[in-house]
Amino acid sequence: MIEVKNVDKSFDGNHVLKNVSAVFETGKTNMIIGQSGSGKTVLMKSIIGLHRIDNGRIEYDGRNLPDMRMSDIRLLRREVGMLFQGSALFDSMSVLENVMYPLEMFSPSSKDEMMDRAYFCLKHVSLEEKSFGLAPSEISGGMQKRVAIARAIALQPKYLFCDEPNSGLDPKTSLIIDKLIHEITHEFGITTIINSHDMNSVMEIGENIIFIEKGEKAWQGNKDDIFHVDNDALNNFVFASELFKKVKRTNQ
Amino acid sequence: MGLISDTGKYVLLMKRVFQVPDRGRMFFRQFPKELDKLGLQSLPIVVIISVFIGAIMTIQTKLNSANPLLPTYTTGLVTRDTLLLEFSSTIMCLILAGKVGSNIASEIGTMRITEQIDALEIMGVNSANYLILPKIVAFVVMMPFLVIFSMGLGLVGGYLVGVFTNIITTADYLKGIQYAFVPYYVFYSVVKSLVFAYLISSVAAFYGYYSYGGALDVGKSSTNAVVNGSILILFFNLLITNLMLN
Repeated sequence: MIEVKNVDKSFDGNHVLKNVSAVFETGKTNMIIGQSGSGKTVLMKSIIGLHRIDNGRIEYDGRNLPDMRMSDIRLLRREVGMLFQGSALFDSMSVLENVMYPLEMFSPSSKDEMMDRAYFCLKHVSLEEKSFGLAPSEISGGMQKRVAIARAIALQPKYLFCDEPNSGLDPKTSLIIDKLIHEITHEFGITTIINSHDMNSVMEIGENIIFIEKGEKAWQGNKDDIFHVDNDALNNFVFASELFKKVKRTNQ
Repeated sequence: MGLISDTGKYVLLMKRVFQVPDRGRMFFRQFPKELDKLGLQSLPIVVIISVFIGAIMTIQTKLNSANPLLPTYTTGLVTRDTLLLEFSSTIMCLILAGKVGSNIASEIGTMRITEQIDALEIMGVNSANYLILPKIVAFVVMMPFLVIFSMGLGLVGGYLVGVFTNIITTADYLKGIQYAFVPYYVFYSVVKSLVFAYLISSVAAFYGYYSYGGALDVGKSSTNAVVNGSILILFFNLLITNLMLN
């Protein structure tokens, strides 16, 4: 579980996060949603430690990140997997080498065991063996996301972060990626945090949703609660399209 | 203010670079790749430029020393000393600052803007150490060989002038390049090349590592790496020459 308590973050006097508190539960797909510029990316980067917060606590199962030394943060990060918006695969390595990389860097296992683990992860995300030797530039965007997920879970992380996992993907592939993240979260009991403004994802896998509005937590609930919320900012954001307005009316 | 801030950032980056690698075998896997990419792949340009400059220097020296009072071996001697003292270390390093410096800055800069460096950091990898240390060590190791190779090829270029033209006899040229040879000049050049190799690779890595934005910004980082690397080479050339030859 990750707990964020009274977090503030400013950039050059611009107060981006204002006293944000939230709980991200283990074994659930926790989603941070909000409009562009609302502060959700800053919140996620602060939780990971890429931004140093001004005030507050960020606790990974009781371990407060802002109090840690860099060497301890590095150790903590070995428990973290991350799926980046653009996949961030190492383009000088093949698909298999990308998944092998964290294992070779940190796993005490033998070469054969690492190879088995890499194959397991790649097959778990439904990648065919014929693509293992290809470079990231030779595979589709959806496949790149799968490889990135396989790399993120290679070291059996306790925490998984996904920054806009469906960015640049078609609706069908987006759904597949969402389901994959959801399955992995439940199967391995991971604390997953997804940063998204894709409402299809929210409706599909949002088990714990945190809505950020102008740097403040404006609402927290799940995908079922969202239809019955009396929060104008949230309703304007989530049910902006006619289609979602119809879905809301149907559910009410 | 910017200079002080950048110097501080550079020092802090180098502090992260010069640490024991997380996994030695990963360093030794990267190291030969960098030797090939930064060193061996620079050989063609070193060969071409050294041979041609050696030949041109011989012709120009001969034309400017057409005085019956000067010994006939003067051309070979001047060509040799110019190659040893300045061309093969400083000028060659300035050329390599363009080739290798832009290569390093653009590679690391692209990794930065495509979040590959963030991915390394999130994994708990010391990205500066993993990405930059093999490049610096490989280039520092390769540079003396490139410089000595360039010296030899420059002298060959001068010799070819003797063979293919009537400007100078090969006997006079060979006598000139052996006359009053000072081995210390080679040592001086090698010392300079080691310093320049460190400057080229570390400055380029610095600009690449702190790239931000898009492709245009990576281009700017690459340009800054080459320009500032070249300026530092000239400054340190003056400093080392004053220390070692004055």
